[in-house]
Amino acid sequence: MKNLWLTAKLDIAESFRARWFLIYALIFGGVLVALLVTGLTESRIMGFTGLSRLLLTYIQICVAILPVFILITTVRSVAGDREAGVFEYLLSLPVALAAWYWGKMAGRFLVIFSPVVLAITLAAVWAALRGFGVPWAEFLFSIVLLLSLSWCFLGIGMLISTLTRSPDVAQGSAFMVWLVLLLFLDLVFLGLMIQEQMPAESIVGIALANPMQVFRTATMVLFDPQLMMMGPAAYVILDAFGRAGYLVFGILYPFALGTVAAGLGFVIFRRGDLP
Amino acid sequence: MIHLEQVSKTFRRRRVLDGVSLDIGAGTRIALVGSNGAGKTTLIRCLLGEYTCDGGVSIDGMDPRSHRREVLGKVGFVPQLPPPLKMPVGDLVRFAAGVAEADPARMEEVAGRLGLDMDTVCRQAFVKLSGGQKQKLLIGIALGRDTGLLIMDEPAANLDPESRRVFFNILAEREREAPETVMIVSSHRLDEVAPLVNRVIELDRGQVVLDDRVEDAVDLTASLVCTVDVPRPDEALAKALGEWKFEADAGGLRWQGAVAGPDRLRFLGTVSRYAGLISGLTMTEAGK
Repeated sequence: MKNLWLTAKLDIAESFRARWFLIYALIFGGVLVALLVTGLTESRIMGFTGLSRLLLTYIQICVAILPVFILITTVRSVAGDREAGVFEYLLSLPVALAAWYWGKMAGRFLVIFSPVVLAITLAAVWAALRGFGVPWAEFLFSIVLLLSLSWCFLGIGMLISTLTRSPDVAQGSAFMVWLVLLLFLDLVFLGLMIQEQMPAESIVGIALANPMQVFRTATMVLFDPQLMMMGPAAYVILDAFGRAGYLVFGILYPFALGTVAAGLGFVIFRRGDLP
Repeated sequence: MIHLEQVSKTFRRRRVLDGVSLDIGAGTRIALVGSNGAGKTTLIRCLLGEYTCDGGVSIDGMDPRSHRREVLGKVGFVPQLPPPLKMPVGDLVRFAAGVAEADPARMEEVAGRLGLDMDTVCRQAFVKLSGGQKQKLLIGIALGRDTGLLIMDEPAANLDPESRRVFFNILAEREREAPETVMIVSSHRLDEVAPLVNRVIELDRGQVVLDDRVEDAVDLTASLVCTVDVPRPDEALAKALGEWKFEADAGGLRWQGAVAGPDRLRFLGTVSRYAGLISGLTMTEAGK
């Protein structure tokens, strides 16, 4: 446990010094500031106003860019470290592979998650100070959903890093994974499949398997319990899961997928050549 | 201590190690030599448990992959190329000492003896240090704890003559205090490491082509007083001798300085490039 903590601490310190973290923190903090400055909390669209409106918009932006940021930065730094000889040296020290791998993942998780949480927490504080009502349940659920999404893509990123040896291949593969999942959102191919009257089971199956879609739907369920925004597909979700059931699924599924991907990555990492 | 049984390693159909079998007993100091691509680094990585391989590798009866912590807890490693770590030097020392359950002050003390000012570099990023400073720190981390096996890949390549002398002294101390310590020093050239070792293993295309004893009476702590006479001052020779911290007389025709005993071949290699300019050369072991 001590080695896991030491590795996590090392990864956190390395990330804080890296340029990607600065850009990452600026983007996710900047988006939120931009939403506040443009007076989004004071506008009213489809019945949403105040912090709910801001959170909903921020989370919908996160669903598109958070996964790609996590994937690219994770694979670049892990595969890059391996290629540069960092693994050769640090893994010559007596640190258990499990402590190294999971410590690295834990450290990275804290690093990628903290700017997003910090940004929406500051937004909640700001909203409270300005006298807008803070929907605390939605706020906490949003954090947990973001946490689950981050863990999911971090796990996928770790798996890609262990499967590929070169940072360029790893980066290309990560981008492809993100692109495929993005294309299979309801806004893109999934919508097209509905329009083309493809079998409903296939469409629902893809929607439930795609962690980005699951996250997107769960955030919609969170702020719009009747899923008015979603149209007829809402009946499938509400009949099969119910609101609470889908929220639980929206938290557990991406978390489980990330854990399985990271676990598979660890098995491959442990069995193969380390540097 | 170390037993290698038919160790082979293949990368995409290219056999980098081809049936290497070795027995290395306690107290053996090995020069692992060979040209680029001979398999030295791959063999080292197999010993460190970083590569999977066919055949068997055991250190003190344990497989370095399945008993990583037990095996690597006894191994001090200095890589040929320092890793590009952005973390401050202090963090690196604390991490290494933490996972190895060693005293960071001891690591810093060894690096300090080699001439690294730890107070100055402690907050600096490791990657920003000079090649020599990085090497001193990595040697400090490897030698600043109790280990039964030292694996060093060209450890003194980036060190200045004075630091090399201190480095040899530290190795001599280790030899006195823990004579059972096994040392593997990898190098392209035997003359670079011959004074440090008592056995030489040469690899070529992944196979052991030479496994022989090295007899050398040089004391690791010995120092040679040297005088170089030249008929006329020469800028290039002056620069080369200056790097060995030699000092010239008023006319620039006689240079004097000290060379660490194990560095004598290296020094002669340097001056041999200027053989046509040298009119006299003496080397006397201090105190003899």
